Amino acid sequence: MTATSAVKPPLLEVEDLRVHFETDDGTVRAVDGISYTLERGQTLGIVGESGSGKSVSSLTVMGLTRSRNARISGSVRFDGKELLSASDDEIRSIRGDDVAMIFQDPLSSLHPFYKVGWQIAEAVRAHREVSKAQAWDRAVEMLGLVGMPEPRRRADSYPHEFSGGMRQRAMIAMALANDPKLLIADEPTTALDVTVQAQILELIERLQREFDTAVVVITHDLGVVAEMADEIAVMYAGRIVERASADTIFTAPQHPYTWGLLSSIPRLDTPRDEQLVPIPGRPPSLIQLPTGCSFHPRCPYVQEAHRRIDPQLQPVAGERDHVVACLLEQDVRRRLWRELQSGAAPSAAREDVIEGDAA
Amino acid sequence: MAAYIVRRLVWVVFLLFMITLITFVIFSVLPSGDPAVLRAGRQPSPQLIATIRHELGLDKSKPVQFIDYLGDILPFLGHNGVDFGYSYQNSEPVLPAILTRLPNTIFLTAGAVILWLLVAIPVGVISAIKTGSWLDRLFMTLALIFVSAPVYFLGLVVLYLFANDIGVIHLLPGNSAYTNAHGFFQKAKALIMPWCVLAASFAAIYARFLRGNLIDTMQEDYIRTARAKGLSERRVIFRHAVRAAITPIVTLLGLDIGLLLGGAILTETVFNIQGIGRFAYQAITDSDLPVIQGTVLFGAFFIVIMSLIVDILYAFIDPRVRY
Amino acid sequence: MSAEPIMRVRDLEKHFPIRGGVLQRQVGTVRAVDGVSFDVPRGETLGLVGESGCGKSTTARLLLRLLEPTAGSIDFDGREIARLGGRDLKHLRREMQMIFQDPFSSLNPRKTVGSIISDPFAIHGLHTGKGERREAVQDLMDRVGLNPEHYNRYPHQFSGGQRQRIGVARAIALRPKLIVADEPVSALDVSIQAQVLNLLRELQRDLGLTLIFIAHDLSVVRHMCDRIAVMYLGRIYELATSEQLYAHPRMPYTGALMSAVPVPNPRLAASKRRQVLAGDVPSPSNPPPGCRFHTRCWKAQQICRTESPELTVKEGGNLAACHFPLSDAEVLERVPTARGVKD
Repeated sequence: MTATSAVKPPLLEVEDLRVHFETDDGTVRAVDGISYTLERGQTLGIVGESGSGKSVSSLTVMGLTRSRNARISGSVRFDGKELLSASDDEIRSIRGDDVAMIFQDPLSSLHPFYKVGWQIAEAVRAHREVSKAQAWDRAVEMLGLVGMPEPRRRADSYPHEFSGGMRQRAMIAMALANDPKLLIADEPTTALDVTVQAQILELIERLQREFDTAVVVITHDLGVVAEMADEIAVMYAGRIVERASADTIFTAPQHPYTWGLLSSIPRLDTPRDEQLVPIPGRPPSLIQLPTGCSFHPRCPYVQEAHRRIDPQLQPVAGERDHVVACLLEQDVRRRLWRELQSGAAPSAAREDVIEGDAA
Repeated sequence: MAAYIVRRLVWVVFLLFMITLITFVIFSVLPSGDPAVLRAGRQPSPQLIATIRHELGLDKSKPVQFIDYLGDILPFLGHNGVDFGYSYQNSEPVLPAILTRLPNTIFLTAGAVILWLLVAIPVGVISAIKTGSWLDRLFMTLALIFVSAPVYFLGLVVLYLFANDIGVIHLLPGNSAYTNAHGFFQKAKALIMPWCVLAASFAAIYARFLRGNLIDTMQEDYIRTARAKGLSERRVIFRHAVRAAITPIVTLLGLDIGLLLGGAILTETVFNIQGIGRFAYQAITDSDLPVIQGTVLFGAFFIVIMSLIVDILYAFIDPRVRY
Repeated sequence: MSAEPIMRVRDLEKHFPIRGGVLQRQVGTVRAVDGVSFDVPRGETLGLVGESGCGKSTTARLLLRLLEPTAGSIDFDGREIARLGGRDLKHLRREMQMIFQDPFSSLNPRKTVGSIISDPFAIHGLHTGKGERREAVQDLMDRVGLNPEHYNRYPHQFSGGQRQRIGVARAIALRPKLIVADEPVSALDVSIQAQVLNLLRELQRDLGLTLIFIAHDLSVVRHMCDRIAVMYLGRIYELATSEQLYAHPRMPYTGALMSAVPVPNPRLAASKRRQVLAGDVPSPSNPPPGCRFHTRCWKAQQICRTESPELTVKEGGNLAACHFPLSDAEVLERVPTARGVKD
């Protein structure tokens, strides 16, 4: 039974992506088997802390991690085309054209010696056969589009003459100059003041609606993904440990790391004197990952088996598009979450739910 | 910017004054041959010495001698024209003596600078791009050798190997060839070996420096952005990385040029080139104060002026620099 | 809560000259701190909030006398310290300390951890008995959650969170009365931030410290601070208790700050009418006349351009400097989280 209309493939399909770096100290397993898909116009949020592999995974999509000591395997299909086996020239033609990326610190990410307009025009001329004047006009047009006042004058200025927010706008202008299908934003607002952050997030949302661009937002800020993302993937130690719609991640998460993150951040929408519950310990070294479940040394609900068995991403029964990599039983997880939500500390929740069960 | 230049020029004048003063004090204080005695020849009588001393103005008090000197060298005070004094050795006027030797030093310096830049820049860039490869290791080993070999040693080795008259291979004009050469091309040919010898250690230093700087620059965030835009690797390296990495070389270059214009003493001596350096060296051994002061002043002037030029140039190269 | 405040700041100013021209004369002034007054209640945590260029870091340094004020007075525990110098200043350092933002650059990489933490003892000639210092340092390390056996390790062998703990240990070594923490968790991973924040609260309780907490993250500030001052371009524009501020911010700038904070709750985020400010922060060398926020304020009117508002009590108890403070309805539109805050 075939469909009468051809089904377009997802814009981006990542399957079992692994990126390992050979170093003198050992193999750094920066990305250790992640999979996700992204449709046109959708926003995916990748949440993780330092060492989670979130940046490396996206740099790999762009082909920016190819080097002598990198071992990349798996599959990354963009618009149906396999990127990992593409030649350097092929992937370079996609970079900055169909897929664009903006980075965390716009001051250090722009070349200090060249005018902003020149840098944007350079991005245009790398992928389009246009004259210098036409490229310059496009640069000015893009600066106007991102809300820069006096775009023609601004194009003629140097990056250090801009404020932080304007620089990030310029970077966005540069990334969108060739009308990409996918924009990857790696911590786009971390280095900015909070009111400027709001401006930039709103700008990205507006441009996304206007040009139907898919966006991947990489950040450690759960608030940012709550506001921006349709779907969220939580990464830990090079893997995705949970992936679900934004709503689900915040209302019914099922991975202890996600719970830990949600309980440890101070928020404006919960009672003030609620204790912050930090996740004990620190993120693991990517050279020496823990055996079994990578999160087990820090998990309040660890059991003997978790030290040996490596959990895979499993779908959650009864929920669409929710996958979790955890060895605990599903209903145990549900009950634990309910306990945590009612204000119990993780250790109390464990006693109530897990040990209560065993009794 | 204009205000900055004015301030710097005032500072230049002050520096030169201090240098003149210090040179004067040093040579007044250091035990060295009494110029009058040296001048007087064999078995001089005390009267002869006294007369010479008076002629040279050495019988006046030190401060007075210094002020007299200042008055002589500054064009607008007192006497008409600039007078750098006369050599204690042979009564030659110092300023013309320096000025005739200056072109030789300039020629030597210019050739060496061009040569070392032509070598250092490609070597530095290639080594940085291909870090760790056999080529990189080869280049850096060579650089180490040339940095370690003293100029006079290199000069003698080169003469031994290649000089026309005494060398193993009769290839290039040898020692003293420069003084005897006439016309631009003969002179240039005579300078080939001196240029190579002088440029060797500088090329090594600049190549190593550029290599290190370029390796660091390639780690910068804006290089990652350039790649993310989909630019060709060649463009990323040259237009983005090298462009940024090469700017400190401008500063180094200015100061090195300033230094060399004051006289590349060792090279000039080994190859017997009548430049300022050789002149200064002879004057020091002869305790010939007017010549010493003249050459020191010229040397200092070049360094200070080149330093100012380089700082101003930097404002054009790096838009973040603003005076 | 009626105890004497440990610190009283009145009309504090810090101006930095801008020099130019041939003779490097002063051609302008950066008014980093331009007339700041507040009390710091003993044993409490005061938050200083604002964005880049608002003067909060400069204020912190002035309070600790790392800088000398251009004008104004700072009364610490009954003593005027604004003009203090020399030995008196050195003695003052025993009573007030600072925790810095960047755990990577604020520790001397060439010194062992033990040496770093015992520095305050060495400088002030304390614990001179044999082995006394080492014991004191290890005690401190234990208190902040570090392994005392790591006494001889170097900073680079520790993680960011641990380095920040070292900074905390150094700060409390002399049992100061007041600690100023300048963005102590901004450079740390999210799951580590909570650890350090909890540590600070615990130490404050145990040692009876007064804490001045500087941050730009309003969520963190709410969690840690009892009272909060919001700064903009060198002035305080709102001063209120935590409950008052988060239930009903009165100054539009505070409202915009709160509105801009991304909330980890998608439904709340969707219902929020984000108040986005136009333009950039003006330069502190050329602040706008009247109310300094008027150039970006959506409620600004003629009077805001000409008359600088005074800090007065507004509805709900907030001290705010504003001619047209936010009404409760306006707050709820922009800051949906205010709904849940009990006053």
